[in-house]
Amino acid sequence: MAIDVDTVRRVAHLARIATPEARLEPLAAELNGIMQWIEQLGEVDTDGVEPMTSCVATTTPMRDDVVTAGGEPGRVLSNAPKSADNFFVVPKVVE
Amino acid sequence: MTDLTQLTLKAALDGLKAKQFSSEELTRSFIDAIDAANPKLNAYVLPTADRALAMAKASDARLAAGEGGALEGAPLGIKDLFCTEGVRTTAGSKILSEFVPPYESTVTANLWADGAVMLGKLNMDEFAMGSSNETSFFGPVVNPWKSRASNADLTPGGSSGGSASSVAADLCLAATASDTGGSIRQPAAFTGTVGIKPTYGRASRYGMVAFASSLDQAGPIAKTVTDSAIMLKAMCSHDEKDSTSLNVETPDWPSFVGRSVKGLRIGVPREYVVDGMPAEITALWEQGRKWLEAAGCQMVEISLPHTKYALPTYYIVAPAEASSNLARYDGMRYGLRAEGNGKSLTDLYEETRAEGFGKEVQRRLTIGTYVLSAGYYDAYYVKALKVRRRILQDFENVWDKVDAILTPSTPSAAFALGDKQIDPVAMYLNDIFTVTANLAGLPGISVPAGLDANGLPLGLQLIGRALDEGTVFSLAGALEDSAAFTAKAEKWW
Repeated sequence: MAIDVDTVRRVAHLARIATPEARLEPLAAELNGIMQWIEQLGEVDTDGVEPMTSCVATTTPMRDDVVTAGGEPGRVLSNAPKSADNFFVVPKVVE
Repeated sequence: MTDLTQLTLKAALDGLKAKQFSSEELTRSFIDAIDAANPKLNAYVLPTADRALAMAKASDARLAAGEGGALEGAPLGIKDLFCTEGVRTTAGSKILSEFVPPYESTVTANLWADGAVMLGKLNMDEFAMGSSNETSFFGPVVNPWKSRASNADLTPGGSSGGSASSVAADLCLAATASDTGGSIRQPAAFTGTVGIKPTYGRASRYGMVAFASSLDQAGPIAKTVTDSAIMLKAMCSHDEKDSTSLNVETPDWPSFVGRSVKGLRIGVPREYVVDGMPAEITALWEQGRKWLEAAGCQMVEISLPHTKYALPTYYIVAPAEASSNLARYDGMRYGLRAEGNGKSLTDLYEETRAEGFGKEVQRRLTIGTYVLSAGYYDAYYVKALKVRRRILQDFENVWDKVDAILTPSTPSAAFALGDKQIDPVAMYLNDIFTVTANLAGLPGISVPAGLDANGLPLGLQLIGRALDEGTVFSLAGALEDSAAFTAKAEKWW
């Protein structure tokens, strides 16, 4: 199925990547090329096949529910683009 | 000793232990070599000379006291995907171009605990998404090898291009690397070096910048099979900080190199013949079979019928996982934040990511988001997960007939930088022989086996059973002995 410009605009927004209008058409062409190549998976008979999500056939390991780290706001914030008083500073999110 | 940088890791460790030279001398040789070569090869994005010398001096003190770990005093290069505490770690991306991790990855922590010395951080494709190192924010790495037919700069492959180039050009004794679809083995094949991806779960992913978590595995690129076994043993461990880390012993892999391979059954998959593959690669594969036969192995023709679906499967699974993993780069807690006033939060997210991610990463995130979006999830993502199991079953169906599988590592030798940038699918085909091992979680090694007509290295790949790196190392050692590959890139840098 062909990916049109509207779909690319919608998906780019879902991916939170600002995409200029001029880029949408070429991106649609690139994605169509890749997805056409991927379409061949339709040939494979997968009836009754369990989807494979991991190579590791173990259950998720559990550990005791105890605090193992913390109390180091300086290290946590050391790469923050903006911080103040041991908090991350972000744009206003509530109007 | 004329040039310490040309030593193998094994020879250097022996020389350090025998006090033929100090770690400081060895480290200084590498620092000088990096200074001279890096402007041309662009293998290191951050040389860390001061730290290297401090680590080397500490190693010399331990060696003088008769102490020291398995890698004591050995100068290594670290792919810039492994978080190193207090040392900038970028994953080749603008979005992390000023990121200084407050913690250490488990793989590198293991190396330092064994006494290794860090020479610096190695260039790579952005977030390990690429097969030519051209997607790096810091520019492409250049392969030390040149074709006899042209003076053009060649790719060292990717995504571990800096790792491969630095090992091939003697800018470190060995390097860490990572492999999601072939990113250790393809660059190793392109540079005449040895690269191994272990069984999924052998090496901890803690502190390794995530690309596609169900496929990502760390491993080394090194000069010899023995060196790669020494490195892999040091890198692997069970780690509670990675929930997919296997709780298994790490075998003494170096002791498997040199063991007899007599009686081992080697699978030769008929589906690994692809259209347009150079005759030299077909001939080298044939030669590899003869070498292993001469060493006492038995060749068995096998079929892995879903091989041709492996790359399309990968290009759903990996972008899907990446789109989820890379959602963390939102410009709020770390990494680049696009600046601007009066914007909504969503605008800021979108502009941060548009500015911070390069073209290939954006392309893959868009594909990943698409195949996970409502209406397409079952048709693409779930379908790919089912085909992935078919690919795993292909391997499971042959392990009663064979002990390992022999294939070419890549469908071509190194190509010129810029050659495959126009067509993404042509670039993706580089990983056609390597990607199956990632999807199935199996160990795979690339061993340099010969030169093509233009004098460029070609590799052969061995794939083993899950957790059977030992057999893979024994067979790789046998191939290495037979191939007697001693060619080096002629120094032009």
